[in-house]
Amino acid sequence: MLRRIAIVGASLAGLRAAETLRDRGFDGELTLIGDEPHRPYDRPPLSKQVLQGAWEPEQTFFRKKDGYDALALDMRLGVRALSLDLRARRVALADGTFADYDRLIIATGARVRTLPAIAPRAGLLALRGLDDAIVLRRALMDAPHVAIVGAGFIGLEVAASCRARGLPVTVIETLPVPLSPILGPTFGDMVAAMHRDHGVDLRTGVVVTDILGESRVAGVALSDGSRIDADVVVVGIGVAPNTEWLEHSGLTLDNGIVCNGSGEAAPDVYAAGDVARVANRWHGNSPRIEHWTNAVEQAVHAAENALAGPEASTRFSSVPYFWSDQYDRKIQFIGAARPHDEMVIVDGSLADRRLTALYRRDDRVVACLAVNQPLALIKYRKLLAAGASWDAALSGTAAS
Amino acid sequence: MKVVVDLSMCDLHGLCVEAAPEVFEIGDDGVLHVLIETPPDGLRAKVDKAVRECPTGAISIEE
Repeated sequence: MLRRIAIVGASLAGLRAAETLRDRGFDGELTLIGDEPHRPYDRPPLSKQVLQGAWEPEQTFFRKKDGYDALALDMRLGVRALSLDLRARRVALADGTFADYDRLIIATGARVRTLPAIAPRAGLLALRGLDDAIVLRRALMDAPHVAIVGAGFIGLEVAASCRARGLPVTVIETLPVPLSPILGPTFGDMVAAMHRDHGVDLRTGVVVTDILGESRVAGVALSDGSRIDADVVVVGIGVAPNTEWLEHSGLTLDNGIVCNGSGEAAPDVYAAGDVARVANRWHGNSPRIEHWTNAVEQAVHAAENALAGPEASTRFSSVPYFWSDQYDRKIQFIGAARPHDEMVIVDGSLADRRLTALYRRDDRVVACLAVNQPLALIKYRKLLAAGASWDAALSGTAAS
Repeated sequence: MKVVVDLSMCDLHGLCVEAAPEVFEIGDDGVLHVLIETPPDGLRAKVDKAVRECPTGAISIEE
């Protein structure tokens, strides 16, 4: 008998799981537990619209307050989950209460990594949640010099938003070419040049050795011996999955919750989003993926399987997709490329920073990158999903 | 159900086209077109997926 479903994690994946359960007709008790005090909000605008001041923080909420009436949720916000008892089918919460379930969906996401052996201090910030964005935006209003540690997508989006505010920005990246493990060195170089053209002081191939300043940030010391003065330091060096509360649960944890292809971590327990490692037929393994679309797809999938039960469950199969908005450029990427995949620009050019590229492994097309060419991306998504050969993908180009 | 799209919010991610190709199409003009404004119930799950996957929240359903 399926009467009670609990969802731990009230961000994108948790909300989408709840919505899907109701979409599909589940009318039992549905509990949504989140450790933040805010109702579910959307993260991508935080580094762009919110930091730039175009949006107020409340505009990131997925639903208005009364938009939750139709979902009929027992929503418990500002309450952390402490532990999971699989045998009792019960989640213990920090306020001393419990959430009992027949099926459980875990979507506790990830949190930012911090610089090792660096003590917290004023002006040393990160961007993950709504409160982080509010604090960082306030700090940017004092016209600081900003140093950003890490030229990943978050770091580069924050850099672009700081430049939009006219602030001096230094970005420090360990890799010689930013984003090269994901996009390849050619596009990493292109993105680096784009930021330099917009006035970012981008330092690559250097490591932060110390954060300067006692009670307040004063700058950053680098491995090449140089020092950068800064009033605000934003650390964007990746995230770690929130699995500590599950350590004694019996679930398999290894850089996230290890799930089968149904999204099941254990009988009647599913996981989705940044915290989950779901076997994906498209990848052929179980990566942990930190992208928006993956969180939605895994949440919808987990919710459907939670309702269907193990016998009727479907296997997860999805072509990965992410995008990043920086300045006036939209970078979109589908599939998964490896460093040695061949890359061919099939439309546009690096010089224009407007292009479409395909990635080849053996006789298959495995990924597509588009910069300000959204229609091309839509076309190649279809081909990738269909498992098109390299030749077919190229002739698709010729036919357009 | 009636499908409503706010074109001012559409960012051409194209996920709706993948989720429910019977209902959504993005033409060579770079504009999202709703092919069936009131899809049959058989397409409900696909349209729901399109709504859930739209990164800008541009699609909604009116009953």
